[in-house]
Amino acid sequence: MRNDTGGTSPPSRSLLYALPIGIGVMAAVDEIIFHQILQWHHFYDLATPTIGIISDGLLHSAELLATVAGLFLVVGLARRGALFKRWAWAGVFLGAGGFQVFDGIVSHKLLRIHQIRYNVDPLMYDIVWNAIGLVLIAIGFWLYRQASRSQMSAAHSAGP
Amino acid sequence: MFAWLALGLIIALGAAYVGAAMVQWRAGRAWSLWRVASWLCGCLLLIQALAPGTMLLAHHDFRWHMAQHLVIGMLAPLALVLAAPITLLLRSLPVNAARWLTALLRSAYVRFISHPWVALVLNVGAMWLLYLTPLYLASLQSPWLHALVHIHFLLAGYLFCWSVLAGPDQAVHSASFRRRASALFLSIAAHSVLAKVMYGYGWPRNVPHDPEQIRAAAQLMYYGGDFAELLLAIALFAMAFSRHGAEQTEARAKA
Repeated sequence: MRNDTGGTSPPSRSLLYALPIGIGVMAAVDEIIFHQILQWHHFYDLATPTIGIISDGLLHSAELLATVAGLFLVVGLARRGALFKRWAWAGVFLGAGGFQVFDGIVSHKLLRIHQIRYNVDPLMYDIVWNAIGLVLIAIGFWLYRQASRSQMSAAHSAGP
Repeated sequence: MFAWLALGLIIALGAAYVGAAMVQWRAGRAWSLWRVASWLCGCLLLIQALAPGTMLLAHHDFRWHMAQHLVIGMLAPLALVLAAPITLLLRSLPVNAARWLTALLRSAYVRFISHPWVALVLNVGAMWLLYLTPLYLASLQSPWLHALVHIHFLLAGYLFCWSVLAGPDQAVHSASFRRRASALFLSIAAHSVLAKVMYGYGWPRNVPHDPEQIRAAAQLMYYGGDFAELLLAIALFAMAFSRHGAEQTEARAKA
């Protein structure tokens, strides 16, 4: 950060800084919709192994801090006039989709902290859960491609 | 008895702060109204939490105990720290007393307990001790121990908020931003793990509360603790960024 020349940051920084916002928003959506409103799974179930609770706690803490840090970083970029909105949106979607897939595979299947819903066959839920994550990642990737293309054409028209 | 004493003390502290701020204003020195508001907000939160009615409810209902704990140990300390009481006190005291206080603050003891990692252990460690050992039961039976637990949570909460923020009162430790942020990170994680252990395994045990009530309280601890720590995180980053921004402006002015 010390090497900044006159406050210009590369557009990829907008994407990087927005990633944790997407992650945090997705985690909040999971907690609010599935834990509180639907109550499909609780924030803790009795079958959870100790290592699951501890890693879940660390993950939870990281999400919370990352969201706040990400918001401040993006606001900081905007204040310096160095925010590239499309890149930032790409970061939000990639972060959200990445978290969704991570939650779907690592938390639900590898650590088995909880399942999406109990007393039903979870396969269908797992597929939908991860598919939504992949769609979000795809939107993020598409936004990224759009942003980098318009960046390149802007660079061409501006000339060397 | 303890409740009335505590209420009197809090009201006195609230009045003393406002009085000291007015002395500053009269002398033509600036003292932020936000800080006054923050201090009064902290005092009001403590009055709510320590009012005899709340004490009675908290004694019988574990959910109320948890709500009370959140206010005393997390929300009120943050409001009090943001009011920069030590700076105001140093400005208000006569020179000799202020020197003595500065020496006390810089003593090895205060430097040690106000280091973010030590404050973390004092704060979260005490919580683990209270809920996962028979200490909680003992505190229900002894009014003195009960009062001591409350005082500890308020002081440890204050110490933790101050050590993590390292401001607005100047910190006496020299822990880097990274260390302070990692103390907060561990605190959030330890909080959420403790809440889940209490929820899942029914701690504290052998207490006159229904298991359903303990689970509800553990959930309150999880989400309420998150909220309080979110506020602390926002304060931490806001202060770090405004410092960073000021440094950059300075650097640009020099260039």
